[in-house]
Amino acid sequence: MTPISHTPRYLAILLAMFAVVPWSFAAPPAPPSNLVAEDAPDDVGDQVNLSWDAAPGEVAGYNIYRKVVVGDQISGASQLESVGEETTGVTEPVMPEGPDGPVRIEDLSFADDEPIASISGGETVYLDENVEPGTSYMYAVQAVSKTLEVSPLAITEVPVTPRWDWINKSKLWFLFIMVTISSVVILFVLIAKSGRKVKVRKIAGLEAVNEAVGRATEMGRSCLFVPGILDINDIQTVAGLTVLSNVAKTAAKYDAKLEVPTARSLVMTAARETVQGSFLSAGRPDAYNEDDIYYLTDEQFGYTAGVQGKMVRDKPAACFYMGAFYAESLILAETGNSIGAIQVAGTAMPSQLPFFVAACDYTLIGEEFFAASAYLSGDPEQLGSLKGQDMGKLIAAILIVLGCLFSTLFVVTQNQKLGEIAAYISENILGEEGLALNDKQVAGIKMEMVQYEKDQAFAQTMEQSKKTFLESQKAKAEMIQSRDANEQDAQGGEGK
Amino acid sequence: MIAKRTIPLLLAAIVGFLMLATYFVPETESYGATAMEMFIIISAAAMILGGGNLLKINLAKMSQRRPGWGYAGITLAAFIGTLIIGLFKIGATPTAAVPGHSWAAPIVQEGAPFWWIYQYMIVPLTATMFAMLAFYIASAAFRAFRAKNPEAILLLATAFIVLLGQVYAGYWLTNFLPNLQHLVDILPESDHAFAMIVGTQLEGGAAWWQVNYDGLSFAQFTTLQQEIVINMDASLNDWFWQFLNGLRLENLSDIIGEVPQKAGFRAIVIGIALGVVSTSLKVILGVDRSYLGSE
Amino acid sequence: MMNFLRNLDRRWIFLLMGVAVALPLLLKASFPENPNPGAEIVFNTIENLPNGSRILLSYDYDPGSQGELMPMAMAFARHCAEKKHKMYFMCLWPLGEPMIQEAMNILRSEFPELKYGTDYMNFGYKPGNEAVIKNTVQDLHTLFGTDYNKTSLNQIPMMKGVKTIKNMKLIINCSAGDPGTKQWIQYAATPESIPIVAGVTGVQAPQLVPYLPWPLLGQLAAIKGAAAYEQILIEEYSQFEEPAYVDAAQSTTAAKQRMGPQFVAHLLMIGLIVLGNFIYFIDRRRGRA
Repeated sequence: MTPISHTPRYLAILLAMFAVVPWSFAAPPAPPSNLVAEDAPDDVGDQVNLSWDAAPGEVAGYNIYRKVVVGDQISGASQLESVGEETTGVTEPVMPEGPDGPVRIEDLSFADDEPIASISGGETVYLDENVEPGTSYMYAVQAVSKTLEVSPLAITEVPVTPRWDWINKSKLWFLFIMVTISSVVILFVLIAKSGRKVKVRKIAGLEAVNEAVGRATEMGRSCLFVPGILDINDIQTVAGLTVLSNVAKTAAKYDAKLEVPTARSLVMTAARETVQGSFLSAGRPDAYNEDDIYYLTDEQFGYTAGVQGKMVRDKPAACFYMGAFYAESLILAETGNSIGAIQVAGTAMPSQLPFFVAACDYTLIGEEFFAASAYLSGDPEQLGSLKGQDMGKLIAAILIVLGCLFSTLFVVTQNQKLGEIAAYISENILGEEGLALNDKQVAGIKMEMVQYEKDQAFAQTMEQSKKTFLESQKAKAEMIQSRDANEQDAQGGEGK
Repeated sequence: MIAKRTIPLLLAAIVGFLMLATYFVPETESYGATAMEMFIIISAAAMILGGGNLLKINLAKMSQRRPGWGYAGITLAAFIGTLIIGLFKIGATPTAAVPGHSWAAPIVQEGAPFWWIYQYMIVPLTATMFAMLAFYIASAAFRAFRAKNPEAILLLATAFIVLLGQVYAGYWLTNFLPNLQHLVDILPESDHAFAMIVGTQLEGGAAWWQVNYDGLSFAQFTTLQQEIVINMDASLNDWFWQFLNGLRLENLSDIIGEVPQKAGFRAIVIGIALGVVSTSLKVILGVDRSYLGSE
Repeated sequence: MMNFLRNLDRRWIFLLMGVAVALPLLLKASFPENPNPGAEIVFNTIENLPNGSRILLSYDYDPGSQGELMPMAMAFARHCAEKKHKMYFMCLWPLGEPMIQEAMNILRSEFPELKYGTDYMNFGYKPGNEAVIKNTVQDLHTLFGTDYNKTSLNQIPMMKGVKTIKNMKLIINCSAGDPGTKQWIQYAATPESIPIVAGVTGVQAPQLVPYLPWPLLGQLAAIKGAAAYEQILIEEYSQFEEPAYVDAAQSTTAAKQRMGPQFVAHLLMIGLIVLGNFIYFIDRRRGRA
């Protein structure tokens, strides 16, 4: 009867194996929880933000499903009640009655479709960028295990309807600042136009322009104007051309030869229009020669070499560098210096300013360069715009001071209101958080304060323990020292 | 006059405001990229204009035998030769993806004639031009850095610190001032690696109880290691130690870059940004028309 | 003598500079390199990413600046290869493509176990400057369509699951100007919260300081930054110190070798500035007397 008595044991083991194997190898993972689908803000209604809490355990990835909710098809879809299953965190909507009893999740048939996306397990957010504004959607997410087992679906509680936004609300403050600065500029232009005198400080570099052209005429040499190496879509090139128009006028007046080599075809065309206009307004249309404004090459150093060669051969008496420059700034300016030309440079490339300052006689730094056309033309309308810029600077300075002040005060006092003001300046006014402080920001500040308290308390206890540690160490060292001394004394005593 | 003045100004105004709108109105967000693409097409087409101008000027130079007309010939030969070889991908080998069509090969395909032009002409030529900066910066520095007035002396001193701080000389000159290495050196050899790693963390702003080593946290260190950390922390946080450490040339050069340089730079950038706003406004509103050649 | 110095022909200075740069190169003089914190941050960023992370490498420079940027570009490629990161190369400069070729040559010869298409790939050059960056955020497939060899992106295994650069863990940018690091920060890294590390030319570095530490985690500035990075790389992966790597066409110590000339050149410049001031002071004293 031995076999019989053994059988139940084998059976038990076998059963146990069956019981264990599916659990350890093929158990479907638990679904993710708290699935939320929200309309992505500030878009044309083509995006939905999904977020959820990661499914417990090891998850290889998530499948994301989407269904269009059309009014009648799933009637009452927007009023779906839900019963949360505590254990799994699945939110299972109670479905409306169908012909064969309640519609089951399977009948919603998320799983029958291809998922709209499969993403890796580490992520818990997804941006669906392929939705239509005004249409309602239900989303479902399932966790996928390493063995490609899938969890039950976690389904959104309410449908989401992406909205079309006509303006990006997160940028309203930026719009406001832009409109303010622009209005101030326009206001001062209008004030200047009405005849009010605008005082502008003397810019030595621009005073030198006329002098340089005059000297070139005296010496019977040419003037060279380099409008930078970027295309006409760069505002520095435009600013350079407005300076060119004034230089050309002076050159026409003095009857000096003006050459303009360009690195872009469009700049060449624009420069020709500019110079021709200036010669015309100076009453010397006959002196204008189209071929003095020519294209060399788009290649940065090819252009540099070309201009450099021109300088060494023709030895112009005056060189102007007005526009956007890169590494060629120093090569050009040093070559100009070596031929003894008067050189005036103007650029808004901060990295190249030091080189121009070192090698040119005059350099227009950043905003001076942009102010040049207004300054040179002496046109009150344009001078007014400079005053407008000053107002812009004032706004910037006030914001900097206030921001520093409130940030510092917040750190020192740990007052929540101050923290909110500081956050408002840096994240709302200068950032993209919109017009009002949102809950997330306030929570962030509160958390910062709590963290500060904690850190402070922790640091204090740590400092204390460090002090005790150092003291005990000191005591230990003293003890060792005195022991050594005693020993030495003892030894010394023996020696005597 | 309408075609030459009013229409361009109107166009500039409309496009300008539209591009401004792309930043604020989601519906128009993609217009900016479209405009950029249109600009690329226009400027590419304008290349013909530039190329034509290059041809015209150099041909004229040659036909009139003006001084240096031989160079004009070289320019033209290089221009036309590169254009033809590059445009028709002469000598390029078809790739596996598009067999039978050598024009589908990569622009600079290794071994092709265009690659030869690139590798053995463009590379050395542009590298030479760039390298010339080293020579020019030396002669410019020789001339420009004169201690004419207090500001110039400041500039001069800064230049010295940064020049030295960037190379080994700075390290060598001020190596007598304390740094982390000094703290490590007084420890027995066996603790150097440990001290260097936790020391770097402490220097980087970590508190002594936050340091870790080899996956272990402070609490898991041996008593001796904890002692080293605490002692290092005490030294590193000593203001006098920090002050002397800051005087090391390599640190001083970093501080110059991080503090006064950054502040000045930002001020210049704010000024530039406002200048850009104002210039752009003048263009959009037609206050400044000089770029159109009109007065 | 004073007269000669006062009117010193710049060609003498050029000659001195030439000698100052050539001598250390010919004598192979090198100086110890101290890793700076910037290089450590860049190294740790790449080192601490889990093996096999997707990284976009944009090589936006040309032969003009290759002397300054090539060493770090190659060091980036080697480091990523060691970490088995998936490398996606691209460039915004037309002449950047040969720079990518250099990196791929290294990967082919030094890391034969890495395969094109599964471990690294090259989108090649795309004209359009910052517009290209904006589009990488939208869709890489519609932007490029094919790799540099005109192979459809759908046929490239490592493009599976990659739609935009939001799928990348890091952007590495070697930049010599515009478009470059600044544009990557403005149009990709900041709006999409993708971290970026950069290797840039010396003149650009100060401009990028305001973007540290986020989204620009760290930057290598010029040859000094590259040399420090090479030093850390060699310390961590000692095989790079072997002659086979050091003597390769793109040496693992290229930047370190170039620090020698830089050292002597800086000393020469200091000497020249001192000389210039010496003449200036003598003249001023005489003028007063």
